[in-house]
Amino acid sequence: MYKILILFAHPRFEKSRVNRALLNGIDQIPQVTLHDLYERYPDFNVDIEQEQELMTEHQIIIWQHPFYMYGAPALLKQWIDLVLEYGWAHGRGGDSLKGRIIFNALTTGGSREVYAADGYNRFTLREFLTPFDQTATFCKMLYLPPFAVQGTHLLTEAQLLHYAARYRTLLERLSQGDFSLESMRRFPFLNDWLDHGSGAPES
Amino acid sequence: MNHTFLQDALVYLGAAILFVPIAKRLGMGSVLGYLLAGITIGPFFLGFIGGPGKDIMHFAEFGVVMMLFLIGLELEPAHFWRMRHLILGSGAAQVGGTALLFLVLFILVGFNWQAALAIALALAMSSTAIVLQTLREKGLNRTESGKISFAILLFQDISVIPILAALPLLAITSVKAATSEQTTFFGGLPGWAQTIALLCAVGLVILSGRFVIVPFLRFIARIHLRELFTASALFIVMVAAYLMELVGLSPALGTFLAGVVLANSEYRHELESDIEPFKGILLGLFFISVGASINFGLILNRPLTIITLVCGIIAVKSVVLFLTGKLNRLTFDQNLLFTFGLAQVGEFAFVLFSFMHQLHLISGEWTDTLMGVTAISMTATPFLLLINERFILPRFGTPETTRKEADAIDLHHSVILAGFGPFGSTVGRFLRANGVEATILDNDSDRVDLLRKMGFKVFYGDATRVDILKAAGAEQAKILIAAVGSPEINHELVDKARQLFPHLEIMVRAENRFDAYEFMDIGIRDIYRETLDTSVRMGIDVLIKLGYRRYSAARAGQKFLKYDEAAMRQLAAHRHDQSAYIFTAREQIQIQERLLTNDREANPSLNDHAWDSDLFIKPYADDRSER
Repeated sequence: MYKILILFAHPRFEKSRVNRALLNGIDQIPQVTLHDLYERYPDFNVDIEQEQELMTEHQIIIWQHPFYMYGAPALLKQWIDLVLEYGWAHGRGGDSLKGRIIFNALTTGGSREVYAADGYNRFTLREFLTPFDQTATFCKMLYLPPFAVQGTHLLTEAQLLHYAARYRTLLERLSQGDFSLESMRRFPFLNDWLDHGSGAPES
Repeated sequence: MNHTFLQDALVYLGAAILFVPIAKRLGMGSVLGYLLAGITIGPFFLGFIGGPGKDIMHFAEFGVVMMLFLIGLELEPAHFWRMRHLILGSGAAQVGGTALLFLVLFILVGFNWQAALAIALALAMSSTAIVLQTLREKGLNRTESGKISFAILLFQDISVIPILAALPLLAITSVKAATSEQTTFFGGLPGWAQTIALLCAVGLVILSGRFVIVPFLRFIARIHLRELFTASALFIVMVAAYLMELVGLSPALGTFLAGVVLANSEYRHELESDIEPFKGILLGLFFISVGASINFGLILNRPLTIITLVCGIIAVKSVVLFLTGKLNRLTFDQNLLFTFGLAQVGEFAFVLFSFMHQLHLISGEWTDTLMGVTAISMTATPFLLLINERFILPRFGTPETTRKEADAIDLHHSVILAGFGPFGSTVGRFLRANGVEATILDNDSDRVDLLRKMGFKVFYGDATRVDILKAAGAEQAKILIAAVGSPEINHELVDKARQLFPHLEIMVRAENRFDAYEFMDIGIRDIYRETLDTSVRMGIDVLIKLGYRRYSAARAGQKFLKYDEAAMRQLAAHRHDQSAYIFTAREQIQIQERLLTNDREANPSLNDHAWDSDLFIKPYADDRSER
C-alpha cells in the first residue's frame, strides 16, 4: 500500500473542465491526498514546514497541473523552489525524499502529435519536462513518465470521461502497489502503460 | 435686518478670522484665539461691540445651547450606563468637594450660608465648551484624562438642573419679597411653586421628545428634503431652549435634555451632522463674547480683589481636581492635564449668577465681580495649559525625551513614526519585527510610559511642535510616517514637516478618500487610507465564503485595490471642477455615485482572462483544421 499525494496547481480551477473531471471523486480513494495549492496559498506564501511534512507522509507524489507555456503554473514553481530545500531534499544530509516516486499529471491544449520534432511545438512533452525530471533525480526521487490529457480543447464528453477513468485506475493501481517501475519507464506516457503494458506487479 | 446687526456680524466674524489663525499658528489653540478676539473688539479696547456685553452674550449663548444638545445626543443610555461609575463617582467627588471648600471659605468671608452655598455650587462648574474643544484640538480626548474630564463635565452639566431648581428654595429663606422684575413666566410665583414648575418643564421635554419629536422627524425625513431636516433640527433646539427659558430654566439644559431623549432615536447621526456647523460658529461667538464681557474697568477698580479671587478660585478648584484625579489613579502627567484643564469656572456659572441676582441671593456688585472672575478664569485656561505643556510637564512629568545613552548618532532611527494609536502601533510593531527601530512621537503620556518600558525610543509631546520634531531627529531621518489619529493634527504635522524638513520622505495615514484628496492636493504621494485594505480583505473573504476559489478571490481583491487607487487619483484631478473646495456631504455622495458608476463600467475583474483557455479554442481549432 502506498500513500499518494497530489500537488494540484491550477490558478483558474473553476474554469477548468478537464481538471475538474480528472479530480472528480479522486480524494475518495483511500490513500490519496489531494492538496490544492492555489486554494491553500492564494498569497503564494507557501508553508515550507507543512509541505515537507506532507511529502514525508507519502510515498508517491504527483505534480498535477495544466501545461502553461511549456511549464507549470507559477505557484507550483514557487512550491518547488521553496519546499525542496538544500539539506532536506538535496545536498548534504538532504535525503528526506530518497526513493519516493514522482511524476507529472498534466493537461495540454495541443494534441500529442504537435509535441514532436516535426510538430509545431518542435519538442516532445517528455523533452519539455526535463527540468522536472532532473529536479526529481537531484532530490534522489524516482521520476516516471507523465500522465497526460492532451488536445483538451477538442475533447468530447465521452473522451473526457475515458481519461478520468484511466486516471482513477492509475491512482488505484499505484496505491495498491500494482505496478513495476521498469515496465512503466518503457513507455513515453503512463497512459500507454495503462493501455498496453499493464503487466504483473513488480515482485 | 438692521444696519447694526450687519455691522456687528462683520466685526465678530472679522475678528475671528483674524485672530484664530494667528493663535493656531502660535500653538495656542482656537479657544484662546476667540477669547483674544473678544477682548480686543470689546468695550475696553477697540469698543466695536456692545457696552457691558450682555446682549451679545445672550445671542452667543446659543452656541453653548447647541453644544449641549450635541453632548446630549452623544449620550446614548448604553454609553452612559457604561460610564456611570466614572460619572457619578468622580463627578460627585469633584462637585461636592469643591462646593464644600468654597462654602466654608465664603461663609468665613462673611456671606450668609444660602448665598455662600449658591456661589459655591456655581464655582464648582467647569467649562464644557472650553475643555472639550481644547481636548479635541490637541487630540487628547481618548486619553485617560480626556475620559475623566468628559465624565465630570457631564456630571456638572446634569447637576445644573437640580441646582437651578433648588436656588429658589434658598431664596425664600433669605429674601421674603418676591422678585421685582418678572422676567419669566413663573417669576412671580413663590419659591416652592417655581421648583415644581421647573420639574414639570423637565418632564414635559422628556415626554415630548419620546412621543412628539421622533414621530415629527419621521414625517420630515419622509419628505426627503435635506434642508427641511436641518430646519427641523434647528427648530427642535430652539423650541426646547424657548420652553426652558419660559419657565426660567437655562435653555442649554432644555436642549441637553432634548438631546439625551433623541440619543436613542434613529435620527441621532443626522441631527448631529446638521447641527454641528451651527454649533461650531456659535460656540466661537460665545468665546468672543466671553472675552468681550470681561469688565476691565472692574479689574482696574479692585485689582487686588479680582486677582485674589481668580487665583484663589483656580487654586481651590485645582486642589480638588488633582485629588479627584489621584482617586482615579491618573498618572502624574495625565492628572496635571486634567487639573489645569478643568480649573476654570464654566459658562453655566454665568447663568447661575444671573439667576441668583434675580433671586436677590447676591448683590449686583458681587454678581458683576463673580461674572468677571468667571470670564477671566476661562481666558486663563488656555494659558495654564500652555504653561503646563511647555514648562511644568517637561520638568516634572514624563520627560519629552529619554536621556541619550551614547553620543553616537544612531543610524537605526531613520524612520519617525508620529502617532502610536491603533494604526501607528501596527506599523511600528511590524517595522520592529523586521529590525527597523522607528522613533516614535506620541502625546498620550500613559502610552509613552508603557512604550518606554518596552524599550521603544519615544518622544513625548505634540508632534506638530518643531522642537520635538527636531529632537526626534527629523533633520537626519529619512522617512516620516504621519499616523496621528486626528486628521487635523495629521495635516498640520505634514504641512510643518514639508516646510521645515524638505528632505523627509512623508508617508501619511488618511482617514478616508476625502482626507486622501486633501493630501494629494498638496502633493503627497504615499497615502494610505485607513480602511481600504481591510475592507477589501473582508470582501475577499465574503467571496470565499460564497464559494469562490481563494486565489481568484485574492486576485480580484488585488485588482480592485489597484483600480481603486487609480480611480482615486483620477477623481482627485476632477474634483476641483466643481468649484467647491470643502467637501460637503452632498459632494461626497456625488463622488460615491461617480465611483459606483465607474465600477460598473470598468469592472476590474470582468476582463481578467488570465489562464482562460476558452479564448484560444477557436483560433487553435482553426489552426488545427488547416493542418
